[in-house]
Amino acid sequence: MLRVMIALIPGLAAYIWFFGWGITVNIAFAVTVAVAAEAVMLSLRKRPILPFLSDCSAIVTAILLAFAIPPLAPWWVTFIGVLFAIIIAKHLYGGLGYNPFNPAMVGYVVLLISFPREMTSWIPTLNFLPQELSFAQHAAFIFTGQLPAGLTIDALTEATPLDTLKTNLGLGNTVSEIKSQLGLDEATSMLLSVIPIFGLFGGKGWEWINVGFLLGGLWLIYKKVIGWQIPVALLGSLSAMSVLFYIFNPDQYASPAFHLFSGATMLAAFFIATDPVTAATSPTGRLIYGAGIGILMYIIRAWGGYPDSVAFAVLLMNMTVPIIDYYFKPRVFGRNGD
Amino acid sequence: MSRETGATRRLWKFHGGVHPPQHKEISTTLPVSAARMPARLVLPLHQHIGEPAEPTVAKGEKVLKGQMIARPQGYVSAPVHAPTSGTIADIGDYPVPHPSGLSAACMVIEPDGEECWMERQPIEDYTTLPPSELRNLIREAGIVGLGGAGFPAYIKYNPGHQKAIQTLILNGVECEPFITCDDMLMREAPGDIIGGLRVIQHALQARECLIAIEDNKPQAIAALRQAVAGYDDIEVVEVPTLYPQGSEKQLIKVLTGKEVPADGLALNIGVVCANVGTAAAVHRAINRGEPLISRYVTITGSAVGAPRNLDVLLGTPMRDLIEECDGDLGRIERLIMGGPMMGFALHRHDLPVIKTTNCILAATAKDLPPQRPELPCIRCGACADVCPVNLLPQQLYWYSKHHNLDKVQEYDLFDCIECGCCSYVCPSNIPLVQYFRYAKGDIWTQEREKEKSDIARRRHEFRQLRIEREKAERLAKRNRKKSALKADTAMAERDKKKAEIQAAIARTQARRQAAMKEAEKRRKSFGKEARGPMDETPQQPDNASDNERKE
Repeated sequence: MLRVMIALIPGLAAYIWFFGWGITVNIAFAVTVAVAAEAVMLSLRKRPILPFLSDCSAIVTAILLAFAIPPLAPWWVTFIGVLFAIIIAKHLYGGLGYNPFNPAMVGYVVLLISFPREMTSWIPTLNFLPQELSFAQHAAFIFTGQLPAGLTIDALTEATPLDTLKTNLGLGNTVSEIKSQLGLDEATSMLLSVIPIFGLFGGKGWEWINVGFLLGGLWLIYKKVIGWQIPVALLGSLSAMSVLFYIFNPDQYASPAFHLFSGATMLAAFFIATDPVTAATSPTGRLIYGAGIGILMYIIRAWGGYPDSVAFAVLLMNMTVPIIDYYFKPRVFGRNGD
Repeated sequence: MSRETGATRRLWKFHGGVHPPQHKEISTTLPVSAARMPARLVLPLHQHIGEPAEPTVAKGEKVLKGQMIARPQGYVSAPVHAPTSGTIADIGDYPVPHPSGLSAACMVIEPDGEECWMERQPIEDYTTLPPSELRNLIREAGIVGLGGAGFPAYIKYNPGHQKAIQTLILNGVECEPFITCDDMLMREAPGDIIGGLRVIQHALQARECLIAIEDNKPQAIAALRQAVAGYDDIEVVEVPTLYPQGSEKQLIKVLTGKEVPADGLALNIGVVCANVGTAAAVHRAINRGEPLISRYVTITGSAVGAPRNLDVLLGTPMRDLIEECDGDLGRIERLIMGGPMMGFALHRHDLPVIKTTNCILAATAKDLPPQRPELPCIRCGACADVCPVNLLPQQLYWYSKHHNLDKVQEYDLFDCIECGCCSYVCPSNIPLVQYFRYAKGDIWTQEREKEKSDIARRRHEFRQLRIEREKAERLAKRNRKKSALKADTAMAERDKKKAEIQAAIARTQARRQAAMKEAEKRRKSFGKEARGPMDETPQQPDNASDNERKE
């Protein structure tokens, strides 16, 4: 688990670079709440607290959830999400190893459904902010709702690239129209005070965060902390789906690169879907599980009601795990697949 | 080490496997020597797989070295021989090396120190004997698989009606950490091994022989390569070190690429596997006429001052061996027979060495870190990655823990070879193999119970059936009687009526005759002309008489 946290560093660095220090406030707060909730639940369930806390699983859950919460979301959003993840999604099912659903994703979905406004108010990349916020200003806003003088929350927040794309496609615009309106170079868009959503190859800003997670994830595979099957199958099926529809109608569907390097794609592929407890467990099963998440992610992004789709895709595939595990057992030595 | 000239043999891979620390070098520095003669030898009657042997000598009897003192009972069984000359001091229950820690029937010999052999009958030329004769001699010599399983060897050397044996594999892999007895045997007695190999090859009529040795034993490889020089049909194959390569099925896969069917034997695919120690024992039995009375045993572990291999008489107490190797009994934290992966813990030092004792590991915390607390399974699948049988230990664990005995069998629990790779890699320190052994035991118990209850049920059903049948029989009998009785009364009634009718007819006839006689008389007296009309007269008197009676 320690190595999982190390592997998150490149993605975190990119995140801070583009979106400021809010994420660190969120992570610190989420981890504190998660560890406290874990300790309380362990003591209520009469389990040894220290050995179970030292597995760091609660910390990883909290960090992953913090990555999914907007940097300027008020503290109680994080608080509710973490408590739900640790207490209900994890401990009420029997604790680590027994939870059928990914706790971080359960927490996220609860927040997304309950507090859609807070959960969709992202900030644009820093150079489009009227004023860069310091760590203290972030913390002050998260915990007290106080912004520095002269700033309003509406001036600070903006939909994510995936969200903007979805909204504009919904308005009947084609991808190239959206690109020509919103894909301007920085100087022009600043001049027009339009916030670009397209970066070099993915979502603006998000592409580099995704590259960071990709690097961390590759290191995890190299270190054999995670298997290659789930990330490869997930990214493979997501690419296949987006290539297929992009060729079929590039005006209506975003490019494969945009899908791979926007939103939470890489975080999902290497850090969320690979949670061993809730994933399929046999090598073939993991390929199917990963591919299922990739396909569902694309379906929800392209035709569903939400701009990003990792949490729903993961939870839906969590449900299928017992069946996948049952039907995709490896061939036992000396047996011919009976 | 330089390989033999010619093309290198192609090797295959089996799934998984692990590389635990070897700890082998510590016990290979000293040459093998014969262990000291103990004060008493305790020989369990059950040192092999199958039925225990049955004593053929009585308490107090004198026995010679190599004399059979217990004969096999049944097909899957092996005899026991006296490892030295002496007196049978006792026959009774003594503690034996077994995971259960229970006692079992043993014969105790007090050595006389003479080492007086019985008459040995070496076979001059084994090639003149038919294979069945050789198998018999191997059985008589009490030889069982010395690699650890202890299956009576002669059974394995009988291809029966199977197709011809293509390959005979001699297993010198010795993949388990700490154990070096096969390594030392190969270094010091390669000739014995080859001698035994030739005999087994003849018994099986096997076409080619492979001797598999892991590449961590260069000296053994060199010694055997030298010993097989000149034999075209024997090849020493160096295999890369990987646990559990010494497992028969995995080794066969590595050498031949063939998989032994899960519910079959190596024999089914034309392969027979034998341990190098077993081959050496076969050599001594056939070519020297000496039964299996001793074996190489590794005495090792941090609690032993001078770890080494000893040539040990069966029945020697382990404590003597540990002390002979400067062991400190007080320092032993875990005493293990076998290796750290597949061996089992013993709870006392005075247990005897038996045919399957390849290693005595007197371990301290330095050798075997104490079991860390078990954490929840996170289904990481590390166990499945190393399973040499390609099982899903994480699923087996889940279902064994929850006593779902049907499910564990669906996940092929009984294909588990208990090699311990899964427990070795588990990041949550779960002793997976223990769970699987427990589940197997549970299923066996359940099956025995089921068998018992099946018998009881069959008995009950049979009893019910019998009661039903008897009831039906009784009923039928009664019905028969009843109907017979009914028939009787009906008959009587009918008879009575008949008789009445008969009587009535008789009466009528009598009367008619009487009337006719009367008429005759009258005709005689009245003349012939009156005859015609008189024919009808009988009716009238009859009617008249009836009428008269009615009136």
